[in-house]
Amino acid sequence: MPKVKVPRKSTLIDMTAMCDVAFLLLTFFMLTTQFKSDESVIVDTPSSISEIKLPDTDILNISITNNGKVFFTIDNKNFARERLLRKISEKYPQLQFTAEEERAFVLTGSVGVPLSQLKGYLALDEFERKTYSQPGIPVDSINNELGIWIMQGRLSNPNVRITIKGDQYCPWPIVKKVMNTLQDKNVNKFNLITDLEVDPNKLKGI
Amino acid sequence: MAELEQKQTGKKGKKKGRKKMSTRIDLTPMVDLGFLLVTFFMLTTTFSKPQTMEINMPVKPKEEVPAEEENALKASKALNILIGADNKLYWYRGLPTEPIDPIQETNFSADGIRKVLVEKNATIKEMVVLIKPTDNANYKNVVDILDEMSISDIKRYALVDITPVDLELIKNL
Repeated sequence: MPKVKVPRKSTLIDMTAMCDVAFLLLTFFMLTTQFKSDESVIVDTPSSISEIKLPDTDILNISITNNGKVFFTIDNKNFARERLLRKISEKYPQLQFTAEEERAFVLTGSVGVPLSQLKGYLALDEFERKTYSQPGIPVDSINNELGIWIMQGRLSNPNVRITIKGDQYCPWPIVKKVMNTLQDKNVNKFNLITDLEVDPNKLKGI
Repeated sequence: MAELEQKQTGKKGKKKGRKKMSTRIDLTPMVDLGFLLVTFFMLTTTFSKPQTMEINMPVKPKEEVPAEEENALKASKALNILIGADNKLYWYRGLPTEPIDPIQETNFSADGIRKVLVEKNATIKEMVVLIKPTDNANYKNVVDILDEMSISDIKRYALVDITPVDLELIKNL
């Protein structure tokens, strides 16, 4: 019986095609990517069927964590953050910020310290600031600093859009306080940040 | 493949001169690098922008509104939704002191509040929903109810502070 010769095949594969694919994907991701901003606050938002997308800029966001701490942030379009800090020290002459603290404020994410502790917070280095547990901005009726932040934030960027990013399990009275503060400052239109949920009316059609 | 061909020609061809070098390069490390970067970008990217829900609050009145004006809303058109502790939900129609439909407990499911809302919205003309979260409610409950408004296509609704009468109603249930 003649032996069947199995021709030896090389195990080497032509990688060119795979390389093409990899770099195509790489280019795609590089061009579409927007880096996740490093948030110092973890907020698990509730879901809604609303499909309005949030713009990237002109956002003044108030985050509320599940234990009721309030944080404030504004995006730095046209140096709004620098202007905001200057406006705050104009209003509170006892709070004068150095150039270094100003830079730190621009780079930092959400702020959740009372104004009296702001200088100390900004003096921390970047790593310490991330690990530091912020007490939240006071929103009581006696000492409502959130109102100051909102007011000055709107002055430093007039076409800012105000959003509230609340945690699912955050107690309602805190959110009510924040909303009342907004109404006091004549902000009657604002957005609630939510996750996407399927509209049951649309499901019926399928 | 390429290498194999190269070797064969090398054996067969006995031409003298410069050795023909293969122009093919082993691309494996490049692919590795490519995929490494792809993975990195895939993990750091945020595709879905967060959704938002727009909410308009009424302008705060500068001075106290007289009582008659505040009750201008017709009692028969008002549907009150009370949000209690532990995801509990109650509803009644009319004024808290003389409700048209008495207070009832319901829940957030499709058979609960949504059914009530759709039913009432169809029968009552120009219905107004008053959402009254108690202090024990959480933010998710309120957003869920606001969401129910857009699901059942109710245009007129308002977030209202809870009154002691309402709390009494829940307690006595």
